[in-house]
Amino acid sequence: MTFADHLPILPVMIPALAAPLALLAMRRRPALGIAISLVSCLALFGCALALMASVSDGTIHAYAVGDWPAPFGIVLVADRLAAMMLVLTATLALLALLHAIVTRADRKGWHFHPLFQFQLMGLNGAFLTGDLFNLFVFFEVLLIASYGLMLHGQGPARLKAGVQYVVVNLVGSSLFLIALGMLYALTGTLNMADMGLRVAAVAPQDQGLLRIAGLLLVSVFALKAAVAPLHLWLPRTYAVSTPAVAALFAIMTKVGVYSLIRVVPQVFGDGAGAAAWVPAPYLFPAAMVSAVIGFAGVFGARSLSEQAAYSVIGSTGTLLIAVAGWTPESLGAALYYLVHSTLAAAALFLVADVTARRRGAFADTASPGTAFTGRGGVALLFMAAAIAATGLPPLSGFIGKLMILKSVAALPDWGWAWGVILATTFIGVVGFARVGSAVFWKSTEDCEAPAAPASRRDLAAPVMALALLAALSAGAGWAGAYANAAAAQVLDPAQSAAAVLTEGAR
Amino acid sequence: MMSYEFLVASAIGVLVAGGIFLALRARTFQVVLGLTLFSYAVNLFLFASGRLVIGRPPIWDAVKGGAVTEYTDPLPQALVLTAIVITFGMTAFVVILALRSFLETGSDHVDGDTVPCDAQDGLAKADDGEDTRA
Repeated sequence: MTFADHLPILPVMIPALAAPLALLAMRRRPALGIAISLVSCLALFGCALALMASVSDGTIHAYAVGDWPAPFGIVLVADRLAAMMLVLTATLALLALLHAIVTRADRKGWHFHPLFQFQLMGLNGAFLTGDLFNLFVFFEVLLIASYGLMLHGQGPARLKAGVQYVVVNLVGSSLFLIALGMLYALTGTLNMADMGLRVAAVAPQDQGLLRIAGLLLVSVFALKAAVAPLHLWLPRTYAVSTPAVAALFAIMTKVGVYSLIRVVPQVFGDGAGAAAWVPAPYLFPAAMVSAVIGFAGVFGARSLSEQAAYSVIGSTGTLLIAVAGWTPESLGAALYYLVHSTLAAAALFLVADVTARRRGAFADTASPGTAFTGRGGVALLFMAAAIAATGLPPLSGFIGKLMILKSVAALPDWGWAWGVILATTFIGVVGFARVGSAVFWKSTEDCEAPAAPASRRDLAAPVMALALLAALSAGAGWAGAYANAAAAQVLDPAQSAAAVLTEGAR
Repeated sequence: MMSYEFLVASAIGVLVAGGIFLALRARTFQVVLGLTLFSYAVNLFLFASGRLVIGRPPIWDAVKGGAVTEYTDPLPQALVLTAIVITFGMTAFVVILALRSFLETGSDHVDGDTVPCDAQDGLAKADDGEDTRA
């Protein structure tokens, strides 16, 4: 085996090693700990790009951990979709880490950097694994780290929201285990590719159980993705988190969406007999409701960070409207929009933080505060982030929404999808305009709460996020083609089953 | 007739019912207890997903040439072990978090309402002695 063969395990290994090293270094030499964290993120980015280059021709790498053959051991599967998510995670991690270091948010507690690395380990593992139980384990890794990160900085508001967040996710994890137990009892395997082949052979009297297991599994993913009516945990949690952490959390809901896209075609695809596409009829209405709720929240938000949190729900809803079509075109459009909406949400959280740091006691509440120096620049950043989040030209949200509208036009319920997407875009635009004009145009003469001066260095991360969105817009041809190819690969489970079960069994 | 399967199934059912009831209560200690009961039920359920087999080795006995049906599935046992470790850690964490939240916000309500502990309805009478410590 050459070094390139071990590439799929590196995105899990690097943060797993960096986290304890950073933990050891932070006590004595904080600078060294930060350097370890930063180097690890850069290395992850390099690995993700290398992996993306190696799978872009359509090969699927199956890495048998410990060299145990495929259906028995755990396999990591790197295909186009996984590589894309890895690159997105690494990019987002670099942005969030940069912002945390520049604003010194990482110094509010001892363990920011180790937790950050463990979070990345969980995310990367969840994107790579080809085993359902292993997916559960990586979910837990990323959740445990996220509990710590969410509470970073502490304070009563975070603790209150933290209890709710932890309790909701514990219930979700328990339901995940029940679904896994049922699927294992019915099919006798936990390998996703193998399970996809075996579901067809489930006895007729067990079809009801199979359907329940499938729906339970999808409900858990919907809980992680914050799809209505399981979205209630999200706004408060994200709005009170440290902004750099909230920017990283923008990808946490996408883990749920990713798991849906990965598991449903593979296990409950065309080959699943009576249980084929069992979640499909529920996903479409739920997606539309979450799009409406999300953008209604954007409209009614009381602060910039709350608005950003609701925009996460809204964009996940828009994304799932396309996913629920389960055609290569709609899934491709959804994957392009997924990359865009993750970066856009991160940009919104970062801009909210930049604003809050300058407004002193007014923080990021959606009310007129004292005018601060450089308000025009920050206002421009907010406008750009709002344009991205609502999907107006010239940023990539416009292209993403256009692709989604075009791809769902061929589906039977296209009228509903078009109506909801266009109406929510309008509500979103009005909501962002309302908050933006209150925060950036009006001002009060309140000498009690002076504006807080802040150096311009904290503008770096949001500007970079917006530049990436512009790049995604400029490179839409290439990115769209890649997303479509990834979608086609995901919707062809036989291809990945062949790769996993033969290559992994070498 | 009371079969082994019925006994295990009803035990899981009772644990789930108790767990869900407690998890829906308003205060953190009861919610934590409820989650713990629920996780016990989940662990039992996972264990049973390998079928309930009595008196068989967890590996296939090749020497005696036993049929494949004559062993107990070892995989769910490994899964349960993983699940137990994870839920154990999670329970410890949520206990500390709930305690910290109570000490810092002065309220042990899950929804974050700042109700003073001695002014709570219903249950306040039942465990009054413990509540007044705040």
